[in-house]
Amino acid sequence: MTKENELSDLFAQKARSVSAYVADAADMDAALDYAASLCAGMREQGIVAAPDLTDKEFRALEKKCATLGIQCIRAGLRDHPGGVEVGLTRAEAGIAETGTLVLDSLDEDTRLSTMLCDTHVCVLKKADITAKGEDLEPQLAERMKKGPGYTAFITGASRTADIERVLALGVHGPLELHILLLGK
Amino acid sequence: MQSAETLRGYQRELDEALNDEFLRAALDAFAKAYPVSRARAFEGLDADALVRDVARIKDQAAARRHELLETFTERAREAGVTVHFAHDAAAARTIIRDIARDTGSKKIIKSKSMTAEEIHLNQALEEDGARVAETDLGEWIIQLRREGPSHMVMPAIHLSRFQVGGLFEKVTGREQDPEIEKLVKVARHELRRKFMEADMGVSGANFAIAETGTIGLVTNEGNGRMVTTLPRVHVALFGLDKLLPSMDDALKVLKVLPRNATGQIMTSYVTWITGAGPCAAAKSGTKDVHFVILDNGRDDLARDPVFSQVLRCVRCGACANVCPVYRLVGGHRMGHIYIGAIGLILTYFFSGSDKARNLVQNCINCGACKEVCAGGIDLPRLIQEIRARMQEGENRALPGLLLARVMRDRTLFHKLLRTARWAQKPVKGKRGFLRHLPMIFAQDPQFRPLPAIAEKSFRQMWPDLDAKEPATPQSDTARSEKARIGLFAGCVQDFVYPEQLLAATDLCRDGQVAVSFPMDQSCCGLPLTMMGEKAAARDVARQNILAFDALDLDRVVTLCASCASHLKHAYPELMQGDKEMEDKARRFADKVTDFSSFARDVLALRPGQFAGCADKAAYHAPCHLCRGLGVRDAPRELIKTAGLEYAPSPDEEVCCGFGGTFSMKFPHVSAELLHMKLDNVERTGARLLLTDCPGCVMQLRGGLEARGSSIRVMHVAEALAMNKKPGGGS
Repeated sequence: MTKENELSDLFAQKARSVSAYVADAADMDAALDYAASLCAGMREQGIVAAPDLTDKEFRALEKKCATLGIQCIRAGLRDHPGGVEVGLTRAEAGIAETGTLVLDSLDEDTRLSTMLCDTHVCVLKKADITAKGEDLEPQLAERMKKGPGYTAFITGASRTADIERVLALGVHGPLELHILLLGK
Repeated sequence: MQSAETLRGYQRELDEALNDEFLRAALDAFAKAYPVSRARAFEGLDADALVRDVARIKDQAAARRHELLETFTERAREAGVTVHFAHDAAAARTIIRDIARDTGSKKIIKSKSMTAEEIHLNQALEEDGARVAETDLGEWIIQLRREGPSHMVMPAIHLSRFQVGGLFEKVTGREQDPEIEKLVKVARHELRRKFMEADMGVSGANFAIAETGTIGLVTNEGNGRMVTTLPRVHVALFGLDKLLPSMDDALKVLKVLPRNATGQIMTSYVTWITGAGPCAAAKSGTKDVHFVILDNGRDDLARDPVFSQVLRCVRCGACANVCPVYRLVGGHRMGHIYIGAIGLILTYFFSGSDKARNLVQNCINCGACKEVCAGGIDLPRLIQEIRARMQEGENRALPGLLLARVMRDRTLFHKLLRTARWAQKPVKGKRGFLRHLPMIFAQDPQFRPLPAIAEKSFRQMWPDLDAKEPATPQSDTARSEKARIGLFAGCVQDFVYPEQLLAATDLCRDGQVAVSFPMDQSCCGLPLTMMGEKAAARDVARQNILAFDALDLDRVVTLCASCASHLKHAYPELMQGDKEMEDKARRFADKVTDFSSFARDVLALRPGQFAGCADKAAYHAPCHLCRGLGVRDAPRELIKTAGLEYAPSPDEEVCCGFGGTFSMKFPHVSAELLHMKLDNVERTGARLLLTDCPGCVMQLRGGLEARGSSIRVMHVAEALAMNKKPGGGS
């Protein structure tokens, strides 16, 4: 087993242990399919928010959504106070030992799509997974030096144990987190 | 929030908590679950080494705080943040109130911040006409109930789903199903609207990173992200103690914080915010970001040689999670704003000695918090130091004053004890229970009978014993000796349980160990320290060190875990600065050995020397042995060596409730701890209960006597002596 596969296996195992769903995606197109059909299964005329796709990827998503009878948006998340069904984003890194996604989410719509959605689908390249949090230190420190920044570590879905210490998911943020691992 | 002004009033508050069935069940379940999940979270890691990292990082940051503050402020300003410095709580309230006024913020949402609780921020903002909503589920619940948090991480742990359901019915005007999943959805729905409407968001910060001007927020619910994203104004309020030099330091602390707080490897969200980012709700398109950095006594703390380690606290709440007293009475009785052991200390510094006076008495000194602290803070010792400081500044309580006076004069003290033996005669029970020492000046609440003073103390027996030192077969005695030891008796064994010392002397002599008993020894001084009588504690320490120093000894052996831990850890500290005594104290402390370790390692007792009677024996681990000295295996191995069947029981290392003076001040808490301990022991079906501390023996025996139980409590040394084969065995 290659080092990369070992790390992605550990990442998947740790992410699942905090109730994340983890699946492989051969390429970005497969990820778009996943997000669109997930949304279609949740509600008629549901919404997929995907602010950080390239123009080409977004057009491809639009096409898929049209056939499924759902919408997709890439801006103006604040106009949806009731939230959206699916938020589709990309992680810049993953931490295997904790199953953590690292998202540079300075863009407000990117950030809101990870907060206001019922299900957050996040794409992570296997090659971007590191073993430990400390490995990312130089990268993070560099990023923070560049002026305004909002970097999120996301580990599992939004959770609380504030009532009788019983774990409940989705108190404020997503009820579910789906991670798509991209690459061989 | 603890509010009673007198100790009596505080005791009544504690009684109420003790009788709150839901609270008791909730905290009990938590106390059982937490150690398991914590251990799992640290699996494969060296937890102690990680804690040492946190201690080092935080100590260095505290020492460099002014420089870090300067750098942090500069970097944050460069990135578009307005940075404010608040000298005290009032200043911080004014700053934040003015930000709200200047920005026209009427609707304010908050994510959880203990610092905001510390400065009573909500009240100040509401008085100024703003509407403030907490968005952390637990904080929202207690805000609606108008009460303070009962735990730093789980603020509503004292409430049941039914209470929350009833509360939500009032808030929504609709009937609510008391099912937790559904109640959580109510909060999601109700609060979502508030997020969208809010003008200003107030958060705390877990880290403030100087090199980049970044703040870090560690959360689970995701409300912290929404508070810092949706409104057009963001105010982050945090203490000076949150400053760290670099991202690297923050990541190291983050390795410990969630694991120690909730047994999570990582929380759901960790958010790193640098500067003022884009915000569509702001006219300028950029968020208005303010950092308010609070001193409120932290700078003074950093300068204090004893208390500076308080600033290592990362607010994980673990000290409450493992506190046996917290487990019984909950956070509203164990802190003013901050909860648990650290809460007792921070109340003194942040809210003043009036608020802390009763609280700091409510530490049983079991050391469970110290062992679990994310920053390795010596919490029990600092609580004792606060007692000492309060004593210095005020009229001293009479029991402490009397005790200090008497304990300084060993002859007087011992004479009093012998007199007390006569005074107790008419009321002594059939089985010899009366009251204990050295707290003869305190009122005993008598929830369990206490032993009588022995007819003849060990020190009275010693001259005869010493003369009977058995002649060894070899002509050269010195060569055949395994070791030369001095016995340190401690008050309770000397005057109440001399038979425990006789058993130890017997075993030592069988094992070719020469025993001496310096007559000038006195009380170890721990009760004085516990009452804040530091000067007297220093005097008796000096006396004891000198009593042993003259002899050429390999070890100082004691059968009392509390004495042992005090002699070993406190003496070198007490003698610090005393040129003549410093070295002597260190040498003395190095030689101090608890009896079980000595019996296993030096006497090297073997099963062949004991007749197996196969009785089942449960074990109670004295706090000051298992945590104070880190001795865990030796006594349990000796139980088997003695031919007994060791019967493990749950919570073996949880305090029996004695705690010296604690059982006098808080008898109901002490009785409840004892009750839980004995229930666990009785369920094992053991006929013997062994332990390593005469204080524990006294508490446990009294409790079993009150129950009419036939379980016999013995010191490990007694069990060994009882099962010893005649002639020494093979």
